[in-house]
Amino acid sequence: MELFIDITLLTFLCITALAITVIRKLFCAVMLAGIFSLLSACLFVSMDAVDVAFTEAAVGTGIATVLMLAALNLSHSREKCPPYQPLLALLVVCTTGAVLVYGTMDLPAFGDATAPIHHHVAPRYIEQSQQEIGPPNFVTSILASYRGYDTLAETVVIFTAGLSVVALLGIRDRRGGQSITTDRSAMKGYLVLRVVTKLLLPFIFLFALYVQFHGDYGPGGGFQAGVIFASGVIIHSLTLGRDRTLKAFPQRFLTILATAGVLLYGGTGLAAMVRGGNFLDYSVLGATALAGQHLGIFLVELGVGVTVFASMTLMYYAFSYRKEA
Amino acid sequence: MEITAIITALCLVLGSLLGITGGIGVYRLPDFFTRLHACGITDSACAFLILSGLMFQTGTSLETVKLLFILIFLLITSPTSTHALAKAALNSGETPLMEQQQTQQKREER
Repeated sequence: MELFIDITLLTFLCITALAITVIRKLFCAVMLAGIFSLLSACLFVSMDAVDVAFTEAAVGTGIATVLMLAALNLSHSREKCPPYQPLLALLVVCTTGAVLVYGTMDLPAFGDATAPIHHHVAPRYIEQSQQEIGPPNFVTSILASYRGYDTLAETVVIFTAGLSVVALLGIRDRRGGQSITTDRSAMKGYLVLRVVTKLLLPFIFLFALYVQFHGDYGPGGGFQAGVIFASGVIIHSLTLGRDRTLKAFPQRFLTILATAGVLLYGGTGLAAMVRGGNFLDYSVLGATALAGQHLGIFLVELGVGVTVFASMTLMYYAFSYRKEA
Repeated sequence: MEITAIITALCLVLGSLLGITGGIGVYRLPDFFTRLHACGITDSACAFLILSGLMFQTGTSLETVKLLFILIFLLITSPTSTHALAKAALNSGETPLMEQQQTQQKREER
Protein backbone atom coordinates (compact mmCIF):
# COMPACT_ATOMS: atom_id res chain seq x y z
CA MET A 1 0.00 0.00 0.00
CA GLU A 2 2.81 2.37 0.95
CA LEU A 3 4.61 1.48 -2.27
CA PHE A 4 1.48 2.37 -4.21
CA ILE A 5 1.23 5.76 -2.47
CA ASP A 6 4.92 6.43 -3.09
CA ILE A 7 4.64 5.59 -6.78
CA THR A 8 1.55 7.79 -7.18
CA LEU A 9 3.22 10.72 -5.45
CA LEU A 10 6.43 10.33 -7.48
CA THR A 11 4.40 10.23 -10.71
CA PHE A 12 2.63 13.43 -9.74
CA LEU A 13 6.02 14.93 -8.85
CA CYS A 14 7.41 14.11 -12.32
CA ILE A 15 4.30 15.49 -14.05
CA THR A 16 4.57 18.73 -12.05
CA ALA A 17 8.28 19.10 -12.84
CA LEU A 18 7.65 18.59 -16.56
CA ALA A 19 4.74 21.05 -16.51
CA ILE A 20 6.95 23.68 -14.85
CA THR A 21 9.53 23.39 -17.65
CA VAL A 22 6.91 23.52 -20.41
CA ILE A 23 4.66 26.31 -19.14
CA ARG A 24 5.44 29.88 -20.22
CA LYS A 25 3.16 31.71 -17.78
CA LEU A 26 5.38 32.32 -14.78
CA PHE A 27 2.38 32.74 -12.47
CA CYS A 28 1.30 29.17 -13.20
CA ALA A 29 4.90 27.98 -12.86
CA VAL A 30 5.08 29.45 -9.34
CA MET A 31 1.82 27.75 -8.38
CA LEU A 32 3.09 24.46 -9.76
CA ALA A 33 6.29 24.87 -7.77
CA GLY A 34 4.13 25.20 -4.66
CA ILE A 35 2.31 21.98 -5.58
CA PHE A 36 5.70 20.33 -6.13
CA SER A 37 6.73 21.27 -2.58
CA LEU A 38 3.46 19.95 -1.17
CA LEU A 39 3.93 16.64 -2.99
CA SER A 40 7.49 16.28 -1.69
CA ALA A 41 6.20 17.05 1.81
CA CYS A 42 3.71 14.17 1.39
CA LEU A 43 6.58 11.91 0.28
CA PHE A 44 8.56 12.88 3.39
CA VAL A 45 5.56 11.99 5.56
CA SER A 46 5.30 8.59 3.92
CA MET A 47 9.04 8.09 4.70
CA ASP A 48 8.32 9.00 8.37
CA ALA A 49 10.46 12.18 8.19
CA VAL A 50 7.77 14.36 9.74
CA ASP A 51 10.11 17.18 10.80
CA VAL A 52 11.41 17.60 7.24
CA ALA A 53 7.88 17.40 5.82
CA PHE A 54 6.80 20.12 8.21
CA THR A 55 9.60 22.42 7.04
CA GLU A 56 9.00 21.64 3.38
CA ALA A 57 5.28 22.37 3.66
CA ALA A 58 5.81 25.64 5.54
CA VAL A 59 8.77 26.96 3.53
CA GLY A 60 8.23 25.49 0.07
CA THR A 61 4.47 25.86 -0.18
CA GLY A 62 3.98 28.89 2.01
CA ILE A 63 6.82 31.38 2.13
CA ALA A 64 8.63 30.52 -1.13
CA THR A 65 5.43 30.82 -3.18
CA VAL A 66 4.60 34.21 -1.69
CA LEU A 67 8.18 35.45 -2.21
CA MET A 68 8.15 34.28 -5.84
CA LEU A 69 4.81 36.00 -6.46
CA ALA A 70 6.14 39.20 -4.90
CA ALA A 71 9.23 38.94 -7.13
CA LEU A 72 6.96 38.40 -10.17
CA ASN A 73 5.14 41.57 -9.23
CA LEU A 74 8.46 43.41 -9.67
CA SER A 75 9.16 41.93 -13.10
CA HIS A 76 7.18 40.37 -15.98
CA SER A 77 4.76 37.53 -15.48
CA ARG A 78 5.57 35.80 -18.77
CA GLU A 79 8.73 33.98 -19.69
CA LYS A 80 10.47 35.37 -22.79
CA CYS A 81 11.02 32.99 -25.69
CA PRO A 82 14.75 32.52 -26.19
CA PRO A 83 15.94 33.80 -29.61
CA TYR A 84 17.75 30.53 -30.34
CA GLN A 85 17.26 26.84 -29.63
CA PRO A 86 19.25 26.14 -26.45
CA LEU A 87 20.52 22.76 -27.68
CA LEU A 88 23.87 23.07 -25.92
CA ALA A 89 22.11 23.62 -22.60
CA LEU A 90 19.93 20.56 -23.23
CA LEU A 91 23.07 18.53 -23.94
CA VAL A 92 24.72 19.69 -20.70
CA VAL A 93 21.59 18.92 -18.67
CA CYS A 94 21.18 15.46 -20.22
CA THR A 95 24.83 14.59 -19.63
CA THR A 96 24.74 15.74 -16.01
CA GLY A 97 21.50 13.83 -15.47
CA ALA A 98 22.97 10.66 -16.97
CA VAL A 99 26.06 10.96 -14.76
CA LEU A 100 23.87 11.45 -11.69
CA VAL A 101 21.73 8.41 -12.56
CA TYR A 102 24.93 6.41 -13.10
CA GLY A 103 26.12 7.59 -9.68
CA THR A 104 22.97 6.36 -7.93
CA MET A 105 23.67 2.80 -9.08
CA ASP A 106 26.44 2.52 -6.49
CA LEU A 107 24.18 3.71 -3.68
CA PRO A 108 22.74 1.10 -1.31
CA ALA A 109 19.10 0.18 -1.91
CA PHE A 110 16.35 2.15 -0.14
CA GLY A 111 15.93 0.82 3.41
CA ASP A 112 18.99 -1.44 3.13
CA ALA A 113 20.02 -2.43 6.69
CA THR A 114 23.68 -2.87 5.71
CA ALA A 115 24.00 0.67 4.31
CA PRO A 116 26.94 2.62 5.83
CA ILE A 117 24.67 5.35 7.17
CA HIS A 118 23.01 2.88 9.56
CA HIS A 119 26.34 1.85 11.11
CA HIS A 120 28.29 5.05 11.63
CA VAL A 121 26.66 7.30 14.26
CA ALA A 122 22.97 6.59 13.73
CA PRO A 123 22.78 3.65 16.23
CA ARG A 124 24.21 5.86 18.97
CA TYR A 125 21.75 8.66 18.18
CA ILE A 126 18.81 6.26 18.28
CA GLU A 127 19.81 4.18 21.30
CA GLN A 128 21.55 6.60 23.63
CA SER A 129 20.14 10.07 22.91
CA GLN A 130 17.52 9.51 25.65
CA GLN A 131 20.22 9.06 28.30
CA GLU A 132 22.71 11.54 26.87
CA ILE A 133 20.51 14.43 25.76
CA GLY A 134 16.95 13.82 26.96
CA PRO A 135 14.25 14.96 24.50
CA PRO A 136 11.90 12.19 23.35
CA ASN A 137 12.11 13.51 19.76
CA PHE A 138 15.69 12.61 18.92
CA VAL A 139 15.57 14.67 15.74
CA THR A 140 15.74 17.66 18.07
CA SER A 141 18.66 16.11 19.99
CA ILE A 142 20.60 15.56 16.78
CA LEU A 143 19.75 18.98 15.35
CA ALA A 144 20.45 21.07 18.42
CA SER A 145 23.04 19.11 20.37
CA TYR A 146 24.94 16.41 18.44
CA ARG A 147 24.99 18.54 15.30
CA GLY A 148 24.98 21.93 17.03
CA TYR A 149 27.75 23.32 14.81
CA ASP A 150 25.85 22.52 11.61
CA THR A 151 22.68 24.11 12.92
CA LEU A 152 24.60 27.21 13.99
CA ALA A 153 25.95 27.48 10.44
CA GLU A 154 22.45 26.98 8.99
CA THR A 155 21.11 29.76 11.18
CA VAL A 156 23.93 32.03 10.05
CA VAL A 157 23.15 31.14 6.41
CA ILE A 158 19.50 32.16 6.83
CA PHE A 159 20.57 35.34 8.63
CA THR A 160 23.02 36.16 5.82
CA ALA A 161 20.38 35.47 3.17
CA GLY A 162 17.93 37.84 4.84
CA LEU A 163 20.65 40.44 5.26
CA SER A 164 21.76 40.27 1.63
CA VAL A 165 18.20 40.51 0.28
CA VAL A 166 17.62 43.61 2.38
CA ALA A 167 21.01 45.03 1.39
CA LEU A 168 20.34 44.46 -2.34
CA LEU A 169 16.71 45.52 -2.56
CA GLY A 170 16.26 47.76 0.46
CA ILE A 171 12.94 48.40 2.17
CA ARG A 172 10.97 51.48 1.35
CA ASP A 173 9.76 53.01 4.58
CA ARG A 174 7.38 55.84 3.87
CA ARG A 175 7.58 58.05 6.88
CA GLY A 176 4.75 60.56 7.13
CA GLY A 177 3.23 59.13 3.96
CA GLN A 178 -0.30 57.82 3.64
CA SER A 179 -2.15 57.20 6.85
CA ILE A 180 -3.45 53.76 7.69
CA THR A 181 -6.98 54.57 6.58
CA THR A 182 -5.93 55.38 3.01
CA ASP A 183 -3.42 52.56 2.65
CA ARG A 184 -4.11 51.17 -0.82
CA SER A 185 -2.32 47.89 -0.24
CA ALA A 186 -4.98 46.93 2.29
CA MET A 187 -7.76 44.80 0.84
CA LYS A 188 -10.61 47.16 1.54
CA GLY A 189 -13.30 45.40 -0.49
CA TYR A 190 -12.49 41.97 0.85
CA LEU A 191 -14.45 41.99 4.09
CA VAL A 192 -14.63 38.19 4.37
CA LEU A 193 -10.88 37.81 3.96
CA ARG A 194 -10.14 40.52 6.52
CA VAL A 195 -12.49 39.06 9.11
CA VAL A 196 -11.23 35.50 8.63
CA THR A 197 -7.62 36.68 8.80
CA LYS A 198 -8.25 38.48 12.06
CA LEU A 199 -9.99 35.37 13.34
CA LEU A 200 -7.15 33.03 12.40
CA LEU A 201 -4.08 35.15 13.19
CA PRO A 202 -4.02 34.50 16.97
CA PHE A 203 -4.26 30.78 16.36
CA ILE A 204 -1.49 30.83 13.75
CA PHE A 205 0.81 32.63 16.19
CA LEU A 206 -0.21 30.30 19.01
CA PHE A 207 0.49 27.29 16.81
CA ALA A 208 3.93 28.71 15.96
CA LEU A 209 4.71 29.04 19.66
CA TYR A 210 3.45 25.49 20.26
CA VAL A 211 5.71 24.17 17.49
CA GLN A 212 8.62 26.14 18.95
CA PHE A 213 8.31 24.93 22.53
CA HIS A 214 6.93 21.47 21.84
CA GLY A 215 9.78 20.59 19.46
CA ASP A 216 11.46 18.45 22.12
CA TYR A 217 8.45 16.13 22.33
CA GLY A 218 6.98 16.09 18.82
CA PRO A 219 7.82 17.17 15.32
CA GLY A 220 8.79 20.80 15.08
CA GLY A 221 11.41 23.18 16.36
CA GLY A 222 12.91 26.56 15.72
CA PHE A 223 13.00 26.47 11.93
CA GLN A 224 9.35 25.42 11.51
CA ALA A 225 8.11 27.77 14.22
CA GLY A 226 9.96 30.75 12.73
CA VAL A 227 8.49 30.08 9.30
CA ILE A 228 4.94 29.64 10.63
CA PHE A 229 5.23 32.89 12.59
CA ALA A 230 6.54 34.66 9.48
CA SER A 231 3.66 33.34 7.38
CA GLY A 232 1.27 34.78 9.96
CA VAL A 233 2.89 38.19 9.48
CA ILE A 234 2.68 37.77 5.69
CA ILE A 235 -1.07 37.04 5.86
CA HIS A 236 -1.45 40.09 8.09
CA SER A 237 0.36 42.23 5.55
CA LEU A 238 -1.50 40.80 2.54
CA THR A 239 -4.98 41.44 3.85
CA LEU A 240 -4.65 44.32 6.31
CA GLY A 241 -2.11 46.41 4.40
CA ARG A 242 1.56 47.18 4.68
CA ASP A 243 1.28 50.18 6.96
CA ARG A 244 -0.44 48.24 9.69
CA THR A 245 2.11 45.45 9.44
CA LEU A 246 5.02 47.87 9.54
CA LYS A 247 3.45 49.43 12.61
CA ALA A 248 3.05 46.06 14.35
CA PHE A 249 6.42 44.63 13.25
CA PRO A 250 8.72 47.55 12.39
CA GLN A 251 11.73 46.86 10.22
CA ARG A 252 14.17 48.03 12.89
CA PHE A 253 12.66 45.64 15.41
CA LEU A 254 13.01 42.71 12.99
CA THR A 255 16.62 43.59 12.19
CA ILE A 256 17.42 43.56 15.89
CA LEU A 257 15.54 40.26 16.34
CA ALA A 258 17.43 38.57 13.48
CA THR A 259 20.75 39.56 15.01
CA ALA A 260 19.64 38.69 18.54
CA GLY A 261 18.72 35.14 17.48
CA VAL A 262 22.18 34.39 16.07
CA LEU A 263 23.77 36.05 19.11
CA LEU A 264 21.63 33.91 21.44
CA TYR A 265 22.80 30.76 19.66
CA GLY A 266 26.47 31.74 19.67
CA GLY A 267 26.16 33.11 23.20
CA THR A 268 24.86 29.77 24.47
CA GLY A 269 27.94 28.13 22.99
CA LEU A 270 30.22 30.72 24.57
CA ALA A 271 28.46 30.34 27.93
CA ALA A 272 29.25 26.65 27.79
CA MET A 273 32.91 27.55 27.19
CA VAL A 274 32.86 29.95 30.15
CA ARG A 275 31.44 27.21 32.37
CA GLY A 276 34.41 25.03 31.41
CA GLY A 277 33.01 22.85 28.61
CA ASN A 278 33.52 22.82 24.87
CA PHE A 279 31.79 25.25 22.50
CA LEU A 280 28.07 24.28 22.30
CA ASP A 281 28.52 21.53 24.93
CA TYR A 282 25.39 22.23 26.97
CA SER A 283 25.99 19.60 29.67
CA VAL A 284 27.89 22.10 31.83
CA LEU A 285 25.08 24.68 31.74
CA GLY A 286 22.85 23.10 34.39
CA ALA A 287 23.12 21.30 37.70
CA THR A 288 23.05 17.90 35.96
CA ALA A 289 24.10 17.05 32.43
CA LEU A 290 20.49 16.40 31.33
CA ALA A 291 19.23 19.69 32.81
CA GLY A 292 22.06 21.51 31.06
CA GLN A 293 21.20 19.86 27.75
CA HIS A 294 17.55 20.77 28.21
CA LEU A 295 18.36 24.44 28.89
CA GLY A 296 20.89 24.58 26.05
CA ILE A 297 18.52 23.07 23.49
CA PHE A 298 15.73 25.41 24.62
CA LEU A 299 17.93 28.51 24.17
CA VAL A 300 19.40 27.36 20.88
CA GLU A 301 15.99 26.52 19.40
CA LEU A 302 14.70 29.89 20.53
CA GLY A 303 17.63 31.58 18.77
CA VAL A 304 16.94 29.63 15.58
CA GLY A 305 13.22 30.44 15.69
CA VAL A 306 13.74 34.16 16.24
CA THR A 307 16.34 34.46 13.47
CA VAL A 308 14.30 32.46 10.95
CA PHE A 309 11.15 34.47 11.70
CA ALA A 310 12.90 37.85 11.43
CA SER A 311 14.90 36.95 8.29
CA MET A 312 11.88 35.53 6.45
CA THR A 313 9.76 38.56 7.31
CA LEU A 314 12.52 40.96 6.26
CA MET A 315 12.87 39.13 2.93
CA TYR A 316 9.12 39.42 2.39
CA TYR A 317 9.22 43.14 3.24
CA ALA A 318 12.09 43.68 0.80
CA PHE A 319 10.34 41.89 -2.08
CA SER A 320 6.83 43.08 -1.55
CA TYR A 321 7.25 46.69 -0.39
CA ARG A 322 9.65 47.51 -3.21
CA LYS A 323 6.91 48.67 -5.55
CA GLU A 324 4.66 51.56 -4.67
CA ALA A 325 1.08 50.34 -4.34
CA MET B 1 -19.62 -5.30 13.09
CA GLU B 2 -19.68 -2.38 15.48
CA ILE B 3 -21.90 0.59 14.85
CA THR B 4 -18.94 3.03 14.78
CA ALA B 5 -17.21 1.00 12.09
CA ILE B 6 -20.33 1.15 9.93
CA ILE B 7 -20.64 4.92 10.42
CA THR B 8 -16.95 5.39 9.60
CA ALA B 9 -17.25 3.28 6.46
CA LEU B 10 -20.32 5.21 5.35
CA CYS B 11 -18.65 8.56 5.96
CA LEU B 12 -15.45 7.56 4.16
CA VAL B 13 -17.25 6.12 1.12
CA LEU B 14 -19.56 9.12 0.86
CA GLY B 15 -16.63 11.52 1.29
CA SER B 16 -14.58 9.76 -1.36
CA LEU B 17 -17.55 9.79 -3.74
CA LEU B 18 -17.91 13.54 -3.21
CA GLY B 19 -14.17 13.93 -3.82
CA ILE B 20 -14.42 12.07 -7.11
CA THR B 21 -17.49 14.15 -8.03
CA GLY B 22 -15.49 17.31 -7.36
CA GLY B 23 -12.64 16.05 -9.53
CA ILE B 24 -14.96 15.20 -12.43
CA GLY B 25 -16.65 18.58 -11.99
CA VAL B 26 -13.39 20.50 -12.20
CA TYR B 27 -12.58 18.64 -15.39
CA ARG B 28 -15.98 18.76 -17.12
CA LEU B 29 -17.79 21.97 -16.14
CA PRO B 30 -17.79 24.80 -18.71
CA ASP B 31 -16.44 27.94 -17.00
CA PHE B 32 -14.32 29.10 -14.05
CA PHE B 33 -17.12 29.71 -11.55
CA THR B 34 -18.86 26.40 -12.05
CA ARG B 35 -15.51 24.65 -11.74
CA LEU B 36 -14.91 26.56 -8.54
CA HIS B 37 -18.22 25.25 -7.28
CA ALA B 38 -17.06 21.68 -7.92
CA CYS B 39 -13.80 22.46 -6.18
CA GLY B 40 -15.73 23.80 -3.18
CA ILE B 41 -17.51 20.46 -2.79
CA THR B 42 -14.16 18.67 -2.45
CA ASP B 43 -12.88 21.30 -0.05
CA SER B 44 -15.81 21.37 2.33
CA ALA B 45 -18.18 18.40 2.23
CA CYS B 46 -15.63 15.76 1.25
CA ALA B 47 -13.07 16.83 3.85
CA PHE B 48 -15.83 17.16 6.46
CA LEU B 49 -17.11 13.63 5.86
CA ILE B 50 -13.69 11.99 5.78
CA LEU B 51 -12.49 13.75 8.93
CA SER B 52 -15.66 12.97 10.86
CA GLY B 53 -15.43 9.38 9.69
CA LEU B 54 -11.92 9.22 11.13
CA MET B 55 -13.11 10.84 14.36
CA PHE B 56 -15.50 7.94 14.98
CA GLN B 57 -12.51 5.61 14.89
CA THR B 58 -10.28 7.44 17.37
CA GLY B 59 -12.87 7.44 20.19
CA THR B 60 -12.29 9.85 23.04
CA SER B 61 -8.59 10.66 22.78
CA LEU B 62 -6.22 13.48 21.93
CA GLU B 63 -6.38 12.48 18.26
CA THR B 64 -10.12 13.20 18.17
CA VAL B 65 -9.51 16.71 19.48
CA LYS B 66 -6.76 17.28 16.92
CA LEU B 67 -9.02 16.05 14.11
CA LEU B 68 -11.77 18.32 15.40
CA PHE B 69 -9.40 21.30 15.29
CA ILE B 70 -8.40 20.44 11.72
CA LEU B 71 -12.08 20.15 10.84
CA ILE B 72 -12.92 23.58 12.30
CA PHE B 73 -9.87 25.09 10.59
CA LEU B 74 -10.91 23.62 7.23
CA LEU B 75 -14.53 24.71 7.70
CA ILE B 76 -13.32 28.30 8.10
CA THR B 77 -10.53 28.42 5.53
CA SER B 78 -11.90 26.42 2.56
CA PRO B 79 -14.99 28.57 1.93
CA THR B 80 -12.79 31.65 2.44
CA SER B 81 -10.31 30.51 -0.19
CA THR B 82 -13.13 29.69 -2.61
CA HIS B 83 -14.62 33.12 -1.98
CA ALA B 84 -11.23 34.81 -2.50
CA LEU B 85 -10.69 32.94 -5.79
CA ALA B 86 -14.15 33.86 -7.08
CA LYS B 87 -13.70 37.50 -6.13
CA ALA B 88 -10.24 37.68 -7.68
CA ALA B 89 -11.62 36.17 -10.89
CA LEU B 90 -14.49 38.68 -10.96
CA ASN B 91 -12.06 41.56 -10.38
CA SER B 92 -9.82 40.47 -13.23
CA GLY B 93 -12.73 40.47 -15.67
CA GLU B 94 -13.97 36.89 -15.66
CA THR B 95 -17.78 36.90 -15.94
CA PRO B 96 -19.98 33.97 -14.99
CA LEU B 97 -21.34 32.02 -17.92
CA MET B 98 -25.05 32.80 -18.16
CA GLU B 99 -27.75 30.62 -19.66
CA GLN B 100 -28.23 32.77 -22.77
CA GLN B 101 -24.54 32.78 -23.54
CA GLN B 102 -24.45 29.05 -23.09
CA THR B 103 -27.21 28.44 -25.61
CA GLN B 104 -25.54 30.93 -27.94
CA GLN B 105 -22.28 29.04 -27.63
CA LYS B 106 -24.03 25.79 -28.39
CA ARG B 107 -25.63 27.27 -31.47
CA GLU B 108 -22.28 28.54 -32.67
CA GLU B 109 -20.79 25.11 -32.14
CA ARG B 110 -23.51 23.57 -34.33
